[in-house]
Amino acid sequence: MSAATMSTEKPLLSVEHLTMRFGGLVANNDVSFEARAGEITALIGPNGAGKTTLFNCVTGFYTPTVGRLTLRHPAGKEFLLERMPGYRIAQLAGVARTFQNIRLFSGMSVLENLIVAQHNKLMRASGFAIGGLLGLPGFRKAEHEAVELAKYWLDRVRLTEFADWEAGNLPYGAQRRLEIARAMCTEPVLLCLDEPAAGLNPRESGELAEILTFIRDVQTPQGHRTGVLLIEHDMSVVMRISDHVVVLDYGRKISDGDPEHVKNDPAVIRAYLGEDEDEALPPEVAADLNLAPTTNQKGA
Amino acid sequence: MDYFLQQLINGLSLGAIYGLIAIGYTMVYGIIGMINFAHGEIYMIGAFVALITFLAIGALGVTWVPLALLIMLVASMLFTSVYGWTVERIAYRPLRSSPRLAPLISAIGMSIFLQNYIQILQGARSKPLQPILPGNLTLMDGAVSVSYVRLATIIITLVLMVGFTILINRTSLGRAQRACEQDKKMAGLLGVNVDRVISLTFVMGAALAAVAGMMVLLIYGVIDFYIGFLAGVKSFTAAVLGGVGSLPGAMLGGVVIGLIEAFWSGYVGSEWKDVATFSILVLVLIFRPTGLLGRPEIEKV
Repeated sequence: MSAATMSTEKPLLSVEHLTMRFGGLVANNDVSFEARAGEITALIGPNGAGKTTLFNCVTGFYTPTVGRLTLRHPAGKEFLLERMPGYRIAQLAGVARTFQNIRLFSGMSVLENLIVAQHNKLMRASGFAIGGLLGLPGFRKAEHEAVELAKYWLDRVRLTEFADWEAGNLPYGAQRRLEIARAMCTEPVLLCLDEPAAGLNPRESGELAEILTFIRDVQTPQGHRTGVLLIEHDMSVVMRISDHVVVLDYGRKISDGDPEHVKNDPAVIRAYLGEDEDEALPPEVAADLNLAPTTNQKGA
Repeated sequence: MDYFLQQLINGLSLGAIYGLIAIGYTMVYGIIGMINFAHGEIYMIGAFVALITFLAIGALGVTWVPLALLIMLVASMLFTSVYGWTVERIAYRPLRSSPRLAPLISAIGMSIFLQNYIQILQGARSKPLQPILPGNLTLMDGAVSVSYVRLATIIITLVLMVGFTILINRTSLGRAQRACEQDKKMAGLLGVNVDRVISLTFVMGAALAAVAGMMVLLIYGVIDFYIGFLAGVKSFTAAVLGGVGSLPGAMLGGVVIGLIEAFWSGYVGSEWKDVATFSILVLVLIFRPTGLLGRPEIEKV
């Protein structure tokens, strides 16, 4: 445990003894870790390690077989996510997520995509659409605020000029950024991103890293900071921006700590590169892992 | 010319009724990809509720016609909405995740059930209603006469259409409906209560069908438990003709079918009007399978 994760404040998300079985297949086996507000927690691991399954448990797509998922709001409220249906998790607990494949409402405009994300707020303000039909002032005001929030995030992800485009017509990288903006428009306390850098070129993933660090560092209007939970294969992004890395392999947690700790952890190197511990890493692999060639560590 | 105009107005009022019902089909198809075969029966129930309300308020001594009509309209929309909501809740929602055929069969079952339910409750004989809104508007020196009822039908339909278009395009409920249409799971993750949106879709469809039922009651003055079948099939045809899933398409399809029927009856003879209607449907589907305003479906991967 590094100093950064040792703070006395209670974590935003606690995953305790999470096990998810699909028949005989154990996708997550007794995984426990914590994610904090104002930090980027990266979840990494080889293909099939159970990262997405874990995400699906946190966001209510799956109900875990065993285990407890506690989300603590800055105001002190606690939610047991494993007991809530998916839309309640988004609505009440404030967890937003994106998917590996892009799932925008492609037939709607960019701005509308961001306003749909604020549906609950608007529904309450409009008295379930009746106010909207009559054009009541309360609804007008709520809608104005919704548009303002949408504009703010459009600006952050540099899509303002595309506001009226159909979302499906945006270039790929822009669609990725729009997904993150849409998730942020739900005003989450925890943002879960499933491989946001997949398919992006280096310049685009650089922009993505900037957006993510902005989300981590900015104070929300409610006065708290957003926690980011990130699944990512692009190690350059992970190592650069995460504060805390959790490594899964075959459904188990094999390492947990800050990026420096994790990339020097022999268990992680074994999982990524195979069993042979005696040989030094080939230089190009070491470079890929961002290891300085001098810190040549040997096995456990 | 005046004969043509007369048929045009008859066709428009008939088309307005088909269009109102067709919207219910097209919205439900758009959002859960299912044909709600019980929708014709919902329309029939709307007509019955309007009739019963009229008799009830007549007994209570409400004789001022505009007030009576307003109460009928509101009561019919309200009660029929409850039927629409209930049908979705008990016959379709439990089957949401089952194969496509299951809710379809359930819908057909619901349709038969509702027919028999009204038949037992209200009897199998036709129910007459004396003209509430008699009188005609005569145009062109009496050559064309439009009954007030038909005029009211066209006007009410237009007003409802405008309101409805605003509801779908401008309000957050409409936005949520369009979002659910595209990706229900994602909409749920953004905090949209998908079940409630689907329920409200059924409620809206039922309310519009109730208006159609009441208007048919006023125009023809006679209803029975079986009127939902043919009207349902024709409105479904209207929805397909306009492009299933498209709201303006449903309205356009309804008007086209109403006009075909009116002109065929007027110029050729009323015996083959249904054949004419369905022949047009076949032709449209051969040459433009997505309907008049439908967009080609993009296969989701």
